[in-house]
Amino acid sequence: MSHQEVKFYQTGTFTVGNRLLDPEQRSVQSTEERTNALNSGHRACQGCGEALGARYAMDAAMAATNGQIVIANATGCLEVFSTPYPETAWQVPWVHSLFGNAAAVGAGLAAAMRVKGKSDVRVIAQGGDGSTADIGFGPLSGMFERNDDVLFICYDNQGYMNTGVQRSSATLPAARTSTTAAVGKRPGHQLGMGKFVPEIAMAHHIPYVATATVADLRDIEAKVTTAMSLRGARYIHILVPCPLGWGSASHDTVRLARMAKESGLFPVFEARDGEVTDSLKIRHQVPVEEFLKPQKRFAHLFGKQRDEEAIGFLQARAERNIRKYHLLEA
Amino acid sequence: MLKQLEGSRAVAEAVALCRPEVVCAYPITPQTHIVEAVGEMVREGTLSPCEFINVESEFSALSVAIGASAAGARTYTATASQGLLFMAEAVFNASGMGFPIVMTVANRAIGAPINIWNDQGDSMAMRDSGWLQIYATSNQEAVDLHIIAFRLAEEISLPVMVCMDGFVLTHAYERVDIPEQAEVDAYLPPFEPRQILDPAEPVTMGAMVGPEAFTEVRYLAHIKQMQALELLPKLAREFEARFGRDSGCLIQRYRTEDAKTIVVALGSVVGTLQEVIDTLRNEGHAVGVLAIRAFRPFPLAEVHDALMHAERVVVVERAFAIGQGGIVADSIRKALQGRPAPIYTVVAGLGGRPITQASLNAMLHQAMDDALPSVTFLDLQTDVVERALERERSHRRSGPVAEGVLKDLGVKAMQYV
Repeated sequence: MSHQEVKFYQTGTFTVGNRLLDPEQRSVQSTEERTNALNSGHRACQGCGEALGARYAMDAAMAATNGQIVIANATGCLEVFSTPYPETAWQVPWVHSLFGNAAAVGAGLAAAMRVKGKSDVRVIAQGGDGSTADIGFGPLSGMFERNDDVLFICYDNQGYMNTGVQRSSATLPAARTSTTAAVGKRPGHQLGMGKFVPEIAMAHHIPYVATATVADLRDIEAKVTTAMSLRGARYIHILVPCPLGWGSASHDTVRLARMAKESGLFPVFEARDGEVTDSLKIRHQVPVEEFLKPQKRFAHLFGKQRDEEAIGFLQARAERNIRKYHLLEA
Repeated sequence: MLKQLEGSRAVAEAVALCRPEVVCAYPITPQTHIVEAVGEMVREGTLSPCEFINVESEFSALSVAIGASAAGARTYTATASQGLLFMAEAVFNASGMGFPIVMTVANRAIGAPINIWNDQGDSMAMRDSGWLQIYATSNQEAVDLHIIAFRLAEEISLPVMVCMDGFVLTHAYERVDIPEQAEVDAYLPPFEPRQILDPAEPVTMGAMVGPEAFTEVRYLAHIKQMQALELLPKLAREFEARFGRDSGCLIQRYRTEDAKTIVVALGSVVGTLQEVIDTLRNEGHAVGVLAIRAFRPFPLAEVHDALMHAERVVVVERAFAIGQGGIVADSIRKALQGRPAPIYTVVAGLGGRPITQASLNAMLHQAMDDALPSVTFLDLQTDVVERALERERSHRRSGPVAEGVLKDLGVKAMQYV
């Protein structure tokens, strides 16, 4: 045999082997033209999933629009760690107004661009799960409903990490947070509470909804690129593990994101006009325990007495996602 | 052009003449007619280019305005009452960031008890939000002040609230002179923002500022408001030169020159007061009215000069600070610091109660005799209040206050709906 076909050991995930690809297939982040939209020197924690996700998402958006983006950012970790006055880590036009209004500010930016005949300048609004699922939910729904030409990106670390790890409506059931202590008869966050915003976004029948995790950075790039090729309200929900809030090792951020996806607990999919069009399949299915165990926020589930009810509840959710989003089918 | 118009329509036409590029609309009485009329003009194409956005709350109305202004668009919205409070966080944000948004506040009472009628409790609650606040005494002034407001806001890069009494002005049909487009264009140049989000020149707006610089940023906001004390009269003079009307000075005096008693007021009640003053003058009383047009920044020096020879000052307020008393009167006191002349606070017209000439006349006679309490609630039904207090003394479960008062009065709440 004169040569051997190149084989990627994670075919389809785009996580390795970039340098073996043709230049046009390479990731945005690996190109010399990457814009470093969120530049180095910011003050995120070591292993911050949000910083990683935002960097890839913004650089992909910059590449997809020839650098013509403006960003409205909600209050939260991403805002605080990137812009402690007089420093800024942003190399793109960026505005922070309030905790709950990023979607509306984005809608205003888009309206201004339209009226000024600058429709080539595209608008991204972004924030954490608190600003998306909780305090900014009304303005977000309004932006979706009006089909404003805004891409909203939620970096979901499942809690209010900036204020000291409080529970949000995106916090996983059973998780320990500062406001759902791991004590008492039912330790941790209550089972059966919370919401999954991507499904609510789909209910608005907006052109594009997608989820992603920082375990699959090429997937983030691809989805942001797709989103920027479309007009109207678009939503991307990226799971971004938080070492501080999750009680996990900094070097486990990507691994935990992968376990969330591989267990089915966090479904990775795309939807157009309210209908699911594609999902990222589970390659090596793992029980949710694999995702839960390395995190101190779930340590109370694995004490002397395993909390079978809570583990079973989360496993059942993963299985529901697997059925609903066809995560195990070829 | 002279027209017979509803106040809201007149303001909408004035706003349209200013060529706003983004207008955000959310309904709340009594402001709704304004944005409805602007929306119609956008639909008809008479106001173009303009993005008219129906938002899902006042919080979003002002947030959309913030985004639009950050991208360099001339931006307008209108609200009232609960709406102004619902957007409160964005109100402070817009001024803190220095976005020259113009917003009409169709003054209306704040609940509870819910009340759709006029008083100025809403804009007064936002008096320290960092916005410039100007109060119209008539629909003509409301028209003119909006045009001046865009110029003022953009020159100084701060947002401006134009306050006009709900219903009394917004729903009143009057003759108003609507300026010509060419004249407004000549007065109000295109918006040249001090700050803009532009990919060609990336900037960060809204960074986190700690103790090392927060005081300086706040102080600069104060300095800018102080600059408006000079800028607004200058813009008003330019306006007068072009349009022939004095509508934008910081204050407006009416028969105050030799007045021993001067009544101070904001908004539409000034017109009623002028008539009362005419009557009293005919009876030989030396009385006058001082209208405060700019409440933020507060024109301390001008107010001082206007009142310094008065033997007494009566401040008629359409709002008050519960637990303290007069809001405007406090500023008047500051302007007259060191002068012994008594300053009376008269709280009037809350929640739409008519301020009648008869009541004002009787009150002013009392004032001229220096027989007025330092804080008076005009036409207060003290017997009703006494009975309500008695109910609370005698019954632990005295029930909801507002409903108890209505029951006592025999008012069928439905008759107002």
